[in-house]
Amino acid sequence: AAGMFLRLLSDVRWRAANPKWRRMTCSWRSTSSTAEPYPVSLPAQAQVVICGGGIMGTSVAYHLSKMGWKDIVLLEQGRLAAGTTRFCAGIVSTARHVSIELKMADYSNKLYQQLEQETGVKTGYMKTGSISLAQTQDRLISLKRIASSLNVMGIPCEIITPKQVAQLHPLINMHDLVGAMYVPEDALVSSANVSLALATAASRNGVQIHERTSVSHVSVQKGRVTAVETDRGQIQCQYFVNCAGQWAYELGHSGEEPVNIPLHACEHFYLLTHPLKEPLASNLPTIVDPDGRIYIRNWQGGILSGGFEKNPKPLFTEGRNQLEIHNLQEDWDHFEPLLSALLRRMPDLEALQIMQLVNCPESFTPDMRCIMGESPTVRGYFVLAGMNSAGISYGGGAGKYLAEWMVNGYPSENVWPLDLKRFGALQSSRTFLRHRVMEVMPLMCDLKVPRWDFQTGRQLRTSPLYDRLDAQGARWMEKHGFERVKYFVPPGKDLLDLDQSKTFYKPDWFDIVGSEVKCCKEAVCVIDMSSFTKFEISSTGDEALESLQYLFSNDLDVPVGHVVHTGMLNEKGGYENDCSIARLSKRSFFMISPTDQQVHCWAWLKNRLPDDSNLTMEDVTWKYTALNLIGPRAVDVLSELSYAPITPEHFPSLFCKEMSVGYANGIRVMSITHTGEPGFMLYIPIEYALHVYNEVMNMGQKYGIRNAGYYALRSLRIEKFFAFWGQDLDAFTTPMECGREFQVKLEKGMQFVGQEALLEQKQNGVYKRFTMFILEDHDTDMDLWPWWGEPIFRNGRYVGKTTSSAYSYTLERHVCLGFVQHFDEKTGEELVVTTDFINQGEYEIDIAGQRFQAKAKLYPFSSLFTHRRRKDEEELSGYQRE
Amino acid sequence: FYLTPPQVNSILKANEYSFKVPEFDGKNVSSVLGFDSNQLPANAPIEDRRSAATCLQTRGMLLGVFDGHAGCACAQAVSERLFYYIAVSLLPHETLLEIENAVESGRALLPILQWHKHPNDYFSKEASKLYFNSLRTYWQELIDLNSGETTDVKEALINAFKRLDNDISLEAQVGDPNSFLNYLVLRVAFSGATACVAHVDGVDLHIANTGDSRAVLGVQEEDGSWSAVNLSYDHNAQNEHEVERVKMEHPKSEEKSLVKQDRLLGLLMPFRAFGDVKFKWSIELQKRVVESGPDQLNDNEYTKFIPPNYHTPPYLTAEPEVIHHKLRPQDKFLVLATDGLWETMHRQDVARIVGEYLTGVHHQQPIAVGGYKVTLGQMHGLLTERRARISSVFEDQNAATHLIRHAVGNNEFGTVDHERLSKMLSLPEELARMYRDDITIIVVQFNSHVIGACQNEE
Repeated sequence: AAGMFLRLLSDVRWRAANPKWRRMTCSWRSTSSTAEPYPVSLPAQAQVVICGGGIMGTSVAYHLSKMGWKDIVLLEQGRLAAGTTRFCAGIVSTARHVSIELKMADYSNKLYQQLEQETGVKTGYMKTGSISLAQTQDRLISLKRIASSLNVMGIPCEIITPKQVAQLHPLINMHDLVGAMYVPEDALVSSANVSLALATAASRNGVQIHERTSVSHVSVQKGRVTAVETDRGQIQCQYFVNCAGQWAYELGHSGEEPVNIPLHACEHFYLLTHPLKEPLASNLPTIVDPDGRIYIRNWQGGILSGGFEKNPKPLFTEGRNQLEIHNLQEDWDHFEPLLSALLRRMPDLEALQIMQLVNCPESFTPDMRCIMGESPTVRGYFVLAGMNSAGISYGGGAGKYLAEWMVNGYPSENVWPLDLKRFGALQSSRTFLRHRVMEVMPLMCDLKVPRWDFQTGRQLRTSPLYDRLDAQGARWMEKHGFERVKYFVPPGKDLLDLDQSKTFYKPDWFDIVGSEVKCCKEAVCVIDMSSFTKFEISSTGDEALESLQYLFSNDLDVPVGHVVHTGMLNEKGGYENDCSIARLSKRSFFMISPTDQQVHCWAWLKNRLPDDSNLTMEDVTWKYTALNLIGPRAVDVLSELSYAPITPEHFPSLFCKEMSVGYANGIRVMSITHTGEPGFMLYIPIEYALHVYNEVMNMGQKYGIRNAGYYALRSLRIEKFFAFWGQDLDAFTTPMECGREFQVKLEKGMQFVGQEALLEQKQNGVYKRFTMFILEDHDTDMDLWPWWGEPIFRNGRYVGKTTSSAYSYTLERHVCLGFVQHFDEKTGEELVVTTDFINQGEYEIDIAGQRFQAKAKLYPFSSLFTHRRRKDEEELSGYQRE
Repeated sequence: FYLTPPQVNSILKANEYSFKVPEFDGKNVSSVLGFDSNQLPANAPIEDRRSAATCLQTRGMLLGVFDGHAGCACAQAVSERLFYYIAVSLLPHETLLEIENAVESGRALLPILQWHKHPNDYFSKEASKLYFNSLRTYWQELIDLNSGETTDVKEALINAFKRLDNDISLEAQVGDPNSFLNYLVLRVAFSGATACVAHVDGVDLHIANTGDSRAVLGVQEEDGSWSAVNLSYDHNAQNEHEVERVKMEHPKSEEKSLVKQDRLLGLLMPFRAFGDVKFKWSIELQKRVVESGPDQLNDNEYTKFIPPNYHTPPYLTAEPEVIHHKLRPQDKFLVLATDGLWETMHRQDVARIVGEYLTGVHHQQPIAVGGYKVTLGQMHGLLTERRARISSVFEDQNAATHLIRHAVGNNEFGTVDHERLSKMLSLPEELARMYRDDITIIVVQFNSHVIGACQNEE
């Protein structure tokens, strides 16, 4: 019965417009009006094969065909828009936390609005607006942060009072509300019809659509997609796009060369009712009540209401099971808390008659963000899936970015937060996914506070020192599966309080991190930084040097033993990666990059390094434990442990030496700390890790050594204006834009990737500039803390957003880092950003709607820092040279 | 005067605490899934205490309930200190040396215990130094003794109990220059506490009991029904062996006066306890300490009072009886509780209620709307009713709370009666003690898979 009913939901209207819909034909062309009595056979080859006829597949097909690619086949195992897309609630909402998601939703909304006119297919688009309710002050802060982002993007949005909510929606009980956010341009659509409209347009542009065709696997040769095998024969192709929704994981694993697409389905319930006595207006705003975990939209005079319960029911862990699919049943007892929340929010609905409780699986990802991009292992294999129940909101934008990616080689926005390559094989255990999505689904409604960590799927990758550090009070966070220390709770502190650092204000670890920072400044601290990605690249001849000189922007032809900070840039000069490379010998290099670069950087280099058996690249991340010795006394500890002279003359900054520490030999010591503070990184073969750690701690005692964590590191690097890839730097940022020209060697006697773009920028100037802001009238104890993504205002006008922030214990002020742009006051056109432009403005940072005065700086405060025993200016020299 | 269900719940849940052992804590797989604990006061302030901690330097978990009398000072001290004594008794020689060296050179100490405490479970800051010094003396003696043998858990438990009681007694005799502390150690020594402590390490479960609290194992039979196995013997007048023991320890002339009205010397219910120096010290010692003690002590009639027929002290010991049990897969949980629970409920009922709660036998048939005309309000009503029917199972997220609800609210049919519950909980402070005693419960849940796997290995 459920199936029958749902078909009525979306198909009726559609069938009228497209009479061929119900036929047994397998091919689908809306351009031709004559019925085709026989199934059309599949083409033998195509440029692109898309698997999945839901909103994602049709959107990719639509955008690819619009961009001029015509030779495209879309395969759907059942019928178009029959999976999750059909069941989806059809809410297009731009209220998103992550800026790229917000952009996708905004684009989708604009696309859907004109789709009916473009295609003639009724999409049911209705601009109703949406209201997100806040039952608590913290929730209101969270909404205000979103409102700030929406406003600077030009999306109308306002924070309103409970009274105003009641005026906008007659049924709402507003007594427990503290406020709400109103986004008047959010919309409702019939999601299946949007998908069909996209398919219609794509089909008119020449895309072939075949229903009832299942993909069994993708054939790969030499790391490239060559063909797609289906139950109706093979199609040779150059590109394959996996838009198989909740089946994407399985499909990715069906071929010989597995493609890891970490997502897992959960049951999702929503309720449909008959119309009210006085049917609800179709333009009534959609209500989102995150504290009640529910959403409510008008639906054919009645309501549609669902939510994200605390105890989700994951399914299909063991893969597709036909029985399970047919047995997806209504579970009223499970829905009871959401029903209670609904009746609390709209008490008058009591008398409304139930039509159905719909159970529709949705797929979720390990970090609540969708998955798009090219597989790191199989070229030409693209993925777009894992929408975390926001498929309709993202569909248009996500399809556009993926199409751009395929056609141009890169999308028009920074999509790293959504890139498939942020994951690796390590996130694709089914047990991990099952546990993690059970945490992720409730998070859809939970408060997004700064610095929250996932609780499930932990302790996967750990340093050999994990137990030692844990026993000393370490508190952990996770990055790319690796456990990293946030800070150490001193003995005697009450642990219960510390677990409650979930706040938008000053967190309770403030003093703990403060004392770690102090120790870094005055004595010496050890931070376990083993999670960093480490590659070794070597060759029998000069191949390694030559290739790296081409792929990296700085000059790597340095004497053996030198360490070079360099970007790995793309053609546009943007940072694909930011690394430190040590020249170990004439022919071998040791490369350190951020933790989450493990998959991306590997794929980037693999695809670009010459296929030469003399040249080898190895991922040695797991072979080394990395200890960062930060502080003025690091040099004393190290020299006592190694009996080697470590004075600046023998061991200048940015230097790398193999030495012995304690009994252990072959420790790679580098005079860098990633913070601008004096000190050393120790790369220790893992079997020596415990020994070296113990030696360092014992010897360090007389110098006041202590353990420290990443929060201290973060505070140190931000106050020194150090940009980190993944937070501040991305593929759309060039060294010129962040004051790192000194890390580029434009004339190194040979071409390198991105050189042209950088030369042009050098000549014509940059359009955004990385800037450091010191908050002036901000009360650390009382005011909301900055996080990242806060809008920056210059002379009252929006000029950009922050990318990271931290409290500087040295300056006793908050420091935000971010990019400043220059928009023409009249046309809004982007203009060159000059040093004068930065220096001659009055700045404000908007934290959840409240603006704080800020001082802009292009150089760090190096002169303010005292106690400098070593000349570490070299690490900073670039800033000063400018 | 009538309490609404939410009011009742907030009273019942005020002291509840749950701890779930991480599936794999990075060191070893634990046979304990987690525990629920709770307390319901009848005395004001409550005289029961509870403790739970994971041993960090050896394997295993410690859980205990402590029933205080004549004040809560002794129960409080035992709840803070006993686990440290046990943990130290279990430590191998090298670890003791390492700890002593760390203290000696002022280095950071290896953590010995990880406590799992409810925010209301406090540790007295003032006495920590004093307690620490006594503990340190103990481990120094253990280091000197260095028997070289591996530590037997049973022996360790007995030694720890006796040593702590000895230290309590000594601290009171020596006194402390700080007047607050001086009064504290005397209050600890003159009040008393029973203790029932479980040590779980893999399939080895040890129960050390002193007094009339009780440990009961919940066993699931093959047919799914529940039965209770006692893992401790009450030390009171109902226990013939215990009466026999006391009589053996004193001259025949005292036989008649030893146990009167089911009480030791006609005064004390439990036959073994910590503290209670009035039943342990010689009369001279008692007089000397009381006289030289602070005024508060001198003015207290109770402390000055010497029990009748007091000829051959000590009459009381803190030495526990230790029972070792090898856990089997059908052993699903352990209930540790003070006599407040056992007075009102039979252990079979306890096992059944907890067992059914933990396995959630109250599954109902799912509902489907089908073609019926149902309104949201009707459906909501139906769902709430379904929930209410199994309410006492569903509204308690804590097995201990669930037990207390039954213990206090059960009517003659064995089901929770809200009216009765409301009445019992709204009794004025001075009356509450007449109708019920302090209740403290810890329900430890075992991981049958782990236990099964361990068994197969052996």
